Amino acid sequence: MKTLDASPPAINWPAIAAIYRFEMARTLRTPLQSVVSPVLSTSLYFVVFGAAIGSRMEAIDGVAYGAFIVPGLMMLTLLTQSIANASFAIYFPKFTGTIYELLSAPVAWWEVVIGYVGAAATKSVVLGLIILLTATFFVPLRIEHPGFMLLFLVLTAVTFSLFGFIVGIWADGFEKLQVIPLLVVTPLAFLGGSFYSIEMLPPLWRTVALFNPVVYLISGFRWSFFGIADVGVGVSLGMTLVFLALCIAAVAWIFRTGYRLKN
Amino acid sequence: MPPMSDPRMSDPHMSPIISVSGLSKTYASGFQALKTVDLDIRKGEIFALLGPNGAGKTTLISIICGLVNPSTGTVRADGHDIVTDYRAARATIGLVPQELTTDAFETVRATVAFSRGLFGKPKDPALVEQVLKDLSLWDKRDAQIRTLSGGMKRRVMIAKALAHEPRILFLDEPTAGVDVELRQDMWQLVRRLRENGVTIILTTHYIEEAEEMADRVGVISKGEIILVEDKVELMRKLGRKQLTLTLQAPLAELPSALSAFDLALAARGEELVYTYDTKAERTGITTLLQALGEAGIRFSDLRTSQSSLEDIFVSLVRDRS
Repeated sequence: MKTLDASPPAINWPAIAAIYRFEMARTLRTPLQSVVSPVLSTSLYFVVFGAAIGSRMEAIDGVAYGAFIVPGLMMLTLLTQSIANASFAIYFPKFTGTIYELLSAPVAWWEVVIGYVGAAATKSVVLGLIILLTATFFVPLRIEHPGFMLLFLVLTAVTFSLFGFIVGIWADGFEKLQVIPLLVVTPLAFLGGSFYSIEMLPPLWRTVALFNPVVYLISGFRWSFFGIADVGVGVSLGMTLVFLALCIAAVAWIFRTGYRLKN
Repeated sequence: MPPMSDPRMSDPHMSPIISVSGLSKTYASGFQALKTVDLDIRKGEIFALLGPNGAGKTTLISIICGLVNPSTGTVRADGHDIVTDYRAARATIGLVPQELTTDAFETVRATVAFSRGLFGKPKDPALVEQVLKDLSLWDKRDAQIRTLSGGMKRRVMIAKALAHEPRILFLDEPTAGVDVELRQDMWQLVRRLRENGVTIILTTHYIEEAEEMADRVGVISKGEIILVEDKVELMRKLGRKQLTLTLQAPLAELPSALSAFDLALAARGEELVYTYDTKAERTGITTLLQALGEAGIRFSDLRTSQSSLEDIFVSLVRDRS
């Protein structure tokens, strides 16, 4: 086993590909948990909120209630699944100890992140599109700005997969792994206008809601469907990018200092 | 043990493949795992790092391989600094850690191919096949790792470390909890790798293991390398053994007929202690027993003892201070 040593390339593509494939294979091994379960729960939302309750509700800004909640539901799934996927992906090797290989490999931190976050974001985007497809069976839909729709979809998936990655590194037990998605993200998503326009809130609560970052994601995403928004689409896009930049900075800091990775 | 025919090994002045200088590690808890370690590993040798549990063996390896940040000092692997030039340094190193940690749901072949990719090497199914065959894993190539026995899992970990054709291989306690068959296989593999020019660093707390495998031995104790020596030389120093004879009748002094032997009286003359060299061509035991018979000294019991590794550490540390 002799090696003719060439100096390693500037980007370790084989490593990125290996991590990405490994993570995608993990998803395909667990299709019930990865795909069927989120699709089922989203369908239940449509049945309850869209068909049963929605039929008795007025249209919001000229959009039928069943259709109005589609972008919010997609975002809700996108946020929770991105975080769950990416946090588990990096937490589990830490838990079992197989992370030793990642730490001893000639990979840069951003290559590791591209592999893990890329895979988690891919799954979320695919899932989001599956839910969109599911929604068309329940409610009539139109998408006014499909390009922006995809942009928000991908940006949100990447941002929250990054966020999940950070949660996975921070967590030192299964409970902490669950805390952020359950106690922080789910409330923010529900209060962020998944099922209503924040215009429907009293003025004070409307102001409070503007501190919720999820409001901007859902608002921008809903605009790409129906052309209606709670806040300007530029603001939505800007806030998404700010959150993305914050996550990248945090991950860079983690790998530079070895926080919770190296003793 | 094959003769050291490789010319690279006979010249200790050539640049070392691993060079550790001024390395120390204090964990956040305040525990000082390594004091100041300086160590050179020669290209192509099998180096055994010997030490009791908690001596700092794993910490030293973990720093060299990138798992632990050093507090002070530098390490160069094949000329590359492990921090500033980590890509080049790590690409040359394969690591088999002490703990059995594997991806339970992956198949054997997939996990080995994954390791190769992670270390930046292009896909090479033929090489993966060869590694698996070398480790008697080919029959299990499509089995999920969780279905394998402990010994098989350790083989998988070795296969993962070899998948990227490292020039330096670290084996941390490779024989902990391993059966005789695997141990033999492993030593065969290690020798074969050495013949192909791979440098091997293994840790152990069994002196026999160092004796069987290593070209050189380093002894680490309480975070310090207290000795680095050629194995042959070390075994000569450490390979002394004592034969204790319990006498039927106590002796007041040694009979002059026995003055040729390295003998001493103990337990108020009730025991006779003979110190001999296990590495010598003749231990002298047969002639001693004959001489005892001729001198009419009868004994009721006998036992032999060898300095334990602990004793050796104690004496090494004492000798230094």
